[in-house]
Amino acid sequence: MMKRIFLQAFASLSLLVSGVAMANEVHIDVKAPINMSDKASLQRGAKNFVNYCLNCHSANYMRYNRLQDIGLTDKQIKDNLLFAGEKVGETMRVSMNPKDAKKWFGAAPPDLSVEVRARGADWVYAYLRSFYKDDTRPTGWNNQVFDKVAMPHVLYELQGMQVLDHETHTLKLEKAGKLSPEEYDQFAGDLTNFLAFMAEPAKQSRLWIGVVVVLFLSVLLVLVKKIKAEYWKDIR
Amino acid sequence: MSENKIDNNSLSFCQPSEVDLQKRDFLVKATAATGAVGVAAVAVPFVGSMLPSERAKAAGAPVEVDISKLKPGEKMTAEWRGQPVWIVRRTPEMLAKLVKHDDQLSDPNLEVPQQPEYCKNKDRSIKPEFAVMLGTCTHLGCSPNDNFAVTAEWDGGFVCPCHGSKFDLSGRVFKGSPAPKNLLIPPHQYLTDTTLLIGEDKKAEA
Amino acid sequence: MATTKKTTAAGVLGWVDARFPLTSTIKGHLTEYYAPKNFNFWYFFGSLALLVLVLQIVTGIFLTMNYKPDAELAFASVEYIMRDVFGGNIIRYMHSTGASMFFVVVYLHMFRGIIYGSYRTPRELIWLFGVGIFLVLMGEAFFGYLLPWGQMSYWGAQVIVNLFSTVPFIGPDLSEWLRGDYLVSDATLNRFFAFHVIALPLVLLGLVAVHIVALHEVGSNNPDGVEIKATKDKATGIPLDGIPFHPYYSVKDLVGVVVFLMVFFAIVFFMPEMGGYFLEANNFVPADPLKTPAHIAPVWYFTPYYSILRAVPPIGISQFPGVVAMGLSVVAFAFLPWLDKSPVKSIRYRGSLYKRWLAAFVVSFVILGYLGTVPGDIWGQFGPWLGRADRATVLARVCSVVYFAFFVLMPWFTKKDQTKPVPERVTY
Repeated sequence: MMKRIFLQAFASLSLLVSGVAMANEVHIDVKAPINMSDKASLQRGAKNFVNYCLNCHSANYMRYNRLQDIGLTDKQIKDNLLFAGEKVGETMRVSMNPKDAKKWFGAAPPDLSVEVRARGADWVYAYLRSFYKDDTRPTGWNNQVFDKVAMPHVLYELQGMQVLDHETHTLKLEKAGKLSPEEYDQFAGDLTNFLAFMAEPAKQSRLWIGVVVVLFLSVLLVLVKKIKAEYWKDIR
Repeated sequence: MSENKIDNNSLSFCQPSEVDLQKRDFLVKATAATGAVGVAAVAVPFVGSMLPSERAKAAGAPVEVDISKLKPGEKMTAEWRGQPVWIVRRTPEMLAKLVKHDDQLSDPNLEVPQQPEYCKNKDRSIKPEFAVMLGTCTHLGCSPNDNFAVTAEWDGGFVCPCHGSKFDLSGRVFKGSPAPKNLLIPPHQYLTDTTLLIGEDKKAEA
Repeated sequence: MATTKKTTAAGVLGWVDARFPLTSTIKGHLTEYYAPKNFNFWYFFGSLALLVLVLQIVTGIFLTMNYKPDAELAFASVEYIMRDVFGGNIIRYMHSTGASMFFVVVYLHMFRGIIYGSYRTPRELIWLFGVGIFLVLMGEAFFGYLLPWGQMSYWGAQVIVNLFSTVPFIGPDLSEWLRGDYLVSDATLNRFFAFHVIALPLVLLGLVAVHIVALHEVGSNNPDGVEIKATKDKATGIPLDGIPFHPYYSVKDLVGVVVFLMVFFAIVFFMPEMGGYFLEANNFVPADPLKTPAHIAPVWYFTPYYSILRAVPPIGISQFPGVVAMGLSVVAFAFLPWLDKSPVKSIRYRGSLYKRWLAAFVVSFVILGYLGTVPGDIWGQFGPWLGRADRATVLARVCSVVYFAFFVLMPWFTKKDQTKPVPERVTY
């Protein structure tokens, strides 16, 4: 716990410092702002995911009603996140056929249910923030942490247009988007936070169950140690 | 352990004293009790894993049924949790007959809770015209057949092909049938005049 | 066992005893099985291995209820267990953690056998059954690892099955037969499932049973390597340094069990991936026969042998020597009872020569284990004078030589070793 707080403090501090030092340079080697107890961030992330990702990327293992874990009621889920008359018990599917997708994009958009477990939250956070304009690519976009990525920069309108300085390997914001860089970072952070939640929805519950289990076993340990000492009085 | 006591000074172990034995007895009991709690706790995920999963629950979610096309005197079958749910649109004649054979029924007054409270009435329904029931015989789970043709001895109802249990159009079982109970009425409600929601009643949503 | 007396118990027990050796079995294996009184913590790992075996079988049965051994469904069914099945995530993490902890416990148990000479006369057969258990366990782990049908599952199986194709003459046909297809596919998954859930567990249970029966026939070794049966009480025939397994070691093992469970459940609940060593990140990507992950390595418990495989250079174009070396590195343990010529069993009475060799072996084993988890060029290359060889590969070769030298030279260094006198009775 302490470690996480430290890391977060460190991450925000380094963000602050770098933000002051170089105004429009974008840093991608920072920790993702993961905080499972920030329900508001997770809910914003869920909304971002449904609005921006779920058109192409499925989350086939994630049921809508699991969003209860981040504080949404079935009614809220139905009213705000379901558009095509799905039921809250269904999983987050897309109607796009993977074969068509492969034809259109060159690669089928991967299912994102466990993406954070495969790539790590920091990578996902960096990925969302490091698209840059590259006219040699068929989509016109490239990504600094995923070279020759098939996905265009879907969030272009929000982030604006970044370019890569090939000498320093740093990204610069050339054209501002609808969101300020800070707002966009928060947007990407919320989305990453949600993806991390979705990768293992039961993570929070297993952590507290673990505490109970270990505490219980410590009580049991005291007892069995007493028994052992008691019986071993016989040994000479 | 209690039998053939060994006490021999050259051995590496000796017999415990009476006080020690009492102490041990207590400790063993305390540990066994604590351990039993632990085993019970460990059993929770294992036993629980055999309950219907979230997928099964989602698949067994309440279903909406459009009853606008159901003609008087006919039956339609909806599927809820993979089981047949019958909706019978009863004519006034059918309803009139239902109150006349109470003496032939095993449970005419619906003492056994085979229906939600709001269906514990003379027609076993929310709206007398529409009877809703699970089409699964309470004997061994076969699905009874329709037998709506009225004769002198038969007021119309259902007959189970497996062991001949007979039910009336309210799903009440006739005496002499192997089936012990009336057909089950699942929770249901009317969303509109022509749309039924099967699997959820009004009080559950409130 | 020899001292078992016929008791005439009354009631149900008597009825059973007349038809089945219940009381005498309990006596022979528990209440009148005399174990040396000087066991230290190294002796916990036998009972712990049994505990993990039970945990794996129970969690495995419950996973089987929801897992689908079908290439189209396997990955999804694991996520289904993780999300939609009540308690499924705990059961799955217990099984995946149990797999790694099985090897932790078994490696420590084997190491105990080595340092205290538990494989020496009259316990050679116990040791051989133990090596058999180890081999079956490796097979069990390998087959089981394919089942989640992630990228690491898939490519791990692909690489290991292809090892068989290096066998001269029949190799390619052999690996095709093992897969049941031209590549690792649904057919492979389905048969690995059969091996994992029924074939090997049956063999494993049988081997564990004979391992224990053989142990209780000759009696346990101990940290002093002294035979306690050599000094028996004249009146009762009970070894003077022996104490009944039950209650004394059952209560002691209980302490070990609780400590183990604390570690085990801490991993299950707080760090089930164990930093990628127990559950690898790439295994959260569904198997893709067209795309190999950038870096693939076996799970940690296989890496020492995998390192040896990589370290052995091919002869001509044949990779077979590496495969043979890897096989030998595992099977070598079976020969220990006949390689060790020392007059003493326990490390307590051995000289410094043996201790140095053992230390070199352990260090090599650990380094090989580490190198197996990383790419061969991780430390870069040597200069031109060493032919620009990969530093890591050269180290792996050195360690492989030490590894095999430990076995090959054992008859020599155990004989030459300056041993200390062994006491008549155990030290307690």
